[in-house]
Amino acid sequence: MTKFSSSDLGDYARRLACGATLSAGLLILGIAPAEAAKTTLNIGMSVEPTGLDPTIAAPVAIGQVTWQNIFEGLVAIDESGKIVPQLAKSWEISPDGLTYTFKLQTGVKFHDGEAFDSTAAKFALDRARDGKSINPQKRFFATIASIDTPDPETLVLHLSSPTGSLLYWLAWPSSVMVGPKSAADDKTTPVGTGPFKFSAWAKGDHVELLKNPDYWNKSVDVKLDKVTFRFISDPQAEAAALKAGDLDAFPEFAAPELMSSFDGDARLMTKVGNTELKVVAGMNNTRKPFDDKRVRQALMMALDRKTIIDGAWSGFGTAIGSHYTPNDPGYQELTGTLPYDPAKAKALLAEAGYPNGFTFTIKTPQMAYAPRSAQVMQAMFADIGVTMNIEPTEFPAKWVQDVFTGHDYDMTIVAHAEPLDIDIYSRDPYYFNYKNPVFNELMKKIQLTADPAAQNKLYGEAQTILAEDAPALFLFVMPKLGVWDKKLKGLWENEPIPSNVLTNVSWED
Amino acid sequence: MIVLLTRRITGLILTLIAVSLLIFAVMALLPGDPAAITLGTSASPETLAALRHDMGLDQPLIVRYGQWLGGALTGDLGKSYTYGVPVAGLIVERLAVTLPLAILAIILSILIAVPLGVAAAARRGGIFDIIATLFSQMSIAVPGFWVGLLLILLFSTSLGLMPAGGFPGWSDGLGPALRALILPAVALALPQAGVLTRVTRSTVLDTLHEDFARTAVAKGLSSGAVLWGHIVPNALVPILTILGLQFTFLVAGAVLIENVFNLPGLGRLAYQALSQRDIVVMQDVVLFFAALVIIMNFLVDLSFLVIDPRLRSGGAR
Repeated sequence: MTKFSSSDLGDYARRLACGATLSAGLLILGIAPAEAAKTTLNIGMSVEPTGLDPTIAAPVAIGQVTWQNIFEGLVAIDESGKIVPQLAKSWEISPDGLTYTFKLQTGVKFHDGEAFDSTAAKFALDRARDGKSINPQKRFFATIASIDTPDPETLVLHLSSPTGSLLYWLAWPSSVMVGPKSAADDKTTPVGTGPFKFSAWAKGDHVELLKNPDYWNKSVDVKLDKVTFRFISDPQAEAAALKAGDLDAFPEFAAPELMSSFDGDARLMTKVGNTELKVVAGMNNTRKPFDDKRVRQALMMALDRKTIIDGAWSGFGTAIGSHYTPNDPGYQELTGTLPYDPAKAKALLAEAGYPNGFTFTIKTPQMAYAPRSAQVMQAMFADIGVTMNIEPTEFPAKWVQDVFTGHDYDMTIVAHAEPLDIDIYSRDPYYFNYKNPVFNELMKKIQLTADPAAQNKLYGEAQTILAEDAPALFLFVMPKLGVWDKKLKGLWENEPIPSNVLTNVSWED
Repeated sequence: MIVLLTRRITGLILTLIAVSLLIFAVMALLPGDPAAITLGTSASPETLAALRHDMGLDQPLIVRYGQWLGGALTGDLGKSYTYGVPVAGLIVERLAVTLPLAILAIILSILIAVPLGVAAAARRGGIFDIIATLFSQMSIAVPGFWVGLLLILLFSTSLGLMPAGGFPGWSDGLGPALRALILPAVALALPQAGVLTRVTRSTVLDTLHEDFARTAVAKGLSSGAVLWGHIVPNALVPILTILGLQFTFLVAGAVLIENVFNLPGLGRLAYQALSQRDIVVMQDVVLFFAALVIIMNFLVDLSFLVIDPRLRSGGAR
């Protein structure tokens, strides 16, 4: 047996420890972070976009990086939700609502130097409405019959029927102007007319934008030189990155339960704004017992929305009574139409022939709000004798297949992100399987109406019908939970359209 | 030897083809239509059909398998549905994170485990032996992702010394990239170091009893010279074998750590591709992992053949 002296080993261990400490120290000292310059911004997002062209894929994360930063539209939506001119400086609508004549800005160039004129605008719209187009909102362009370009500054749209929402739709990320030469590659190297140019995309980590020195709109003063969108999916990691100073802002922080952890932070502040994200529990309106309006109403009356908001989203959020948000024009407060009343809910169920309740299954996506809301709802349904089983359903893959395309479900819960999408209840097929001719007629009338005040009145009627009929259980509007550096100015607090508009963002000295 | 090698390599290729078929079948069975996911909740059936055609999803399965395999054999791994770029480039980009992470973790685990294991074996039952036993038990039992969270809490959130996650890219220089990798490498290395400490300790203990060790002492060599000149080199073969096998686990096991530290590595690519049903990326990444394991095992086999002549003659009969 070989023996070793302990002094050998002690010396050996000491040397080892010294070496380790020294190298760790050098590593930390030698490569310390540099002080951030005040014209750069590191902004966090939970979801990485899939491609960077909002005109060929639906995920909202695409617009959150590119809309208004890289790509611009004929018109835009401002922070208050109003339609404002952009690449079209003005427009005229013929009295019959069938001809839209746009006057375009002059001297506008895409980032690759290609000129933006009426030919380019016609190209972009034709690409979106073409038979082979894969634009996720192709239906927006369905009534455009033909497009004329009498001169480079004039674009004329001829419609087959009046389309009251056309201007609003033209302001969406899916309607942005793309260049004839560059459009095919926009998915990976987007080229637009906006104040920022695409610079780099390290897939899985970040997208980098640089200031566009040749930006056409001289009335805005873009302060940021470089913006980095970083993608972090884990809420704990998001919070850590903010606190460690790796990120300057997280405009849509994903974990409400961690919001209070920023309280008292010397550098960061929190902002709670509005979004268009309507959390609703949709029901299969043709499947028993949900085909009975009384059952749907009873389920709605069994739910206390405030308790759901507390349980699911730490009390952040606004209760809604219909598929409409306080942001939207013509909003009506309708949470009182079917208020929380378990006794009345039970009576309604008995009337519908279910005195002892019934059993059904909810398919819940994995996004945090869904299982949490479902658990609270489960307890409240139990109070009126209804048993709800919760079936976790992977989103988007399995959910889209089962619920959205397959319509194979009793109830589900999901946040609808699209602004002003109340018309989904008139679409056929749509996953609610809700069919109401009166409602459909209203949706048609809205498109035939160009006057905003008259439109808002119709939207009000539509909201009332949905609140009464309860094709879905209307729960709450998600808040926009923003966390950002106190010295950062100009980020949008509300979100009338999913976006991170950086045109007016700057650092305070 | 040549015959044996040819047979082994043929077996390797057949295994890879069988694995590719299995991967393709499993992906085809997964619920969820990639085209429907891309287009979201507003798409019309007509748009969906147009996109399915663009993606090649309207072709029969057998044709799609043939295209994939044929492409893979000629180095064309196809295009990612979601990113729109060639998958081969994506994998290389991601390997530039996962590979250095795994190598860093291996180096760290060797730096921790070999000295500790040798010290533990040198004085059996002594203080280092106790430390080594405690360390290996703890580091094997505690999950790496939890260690990762603790490291972030200490070094990033509280002390502000290290980034809390993410990866700046190698183009920003060696320093920032290494800073981003060091915490995850530690989290990844600890469980490996635990295993390796045990292996080192026991192989060194075995070697201590060998005749050559006794002879070396009898020749009057110092204990350090015997340890590092004779015992450790002889114990190295089993240690390296274990390392070879562990490497594949390291690369695959980085998935969790990459998620905790938000590192754009291969594991995260696979995870994202699964949720987006980016089937092409899924197939390629899983095939890559499978090939890595199969080839690593093949190389370990081969190294045995080189080391041990008895296996060679036995195999060639």
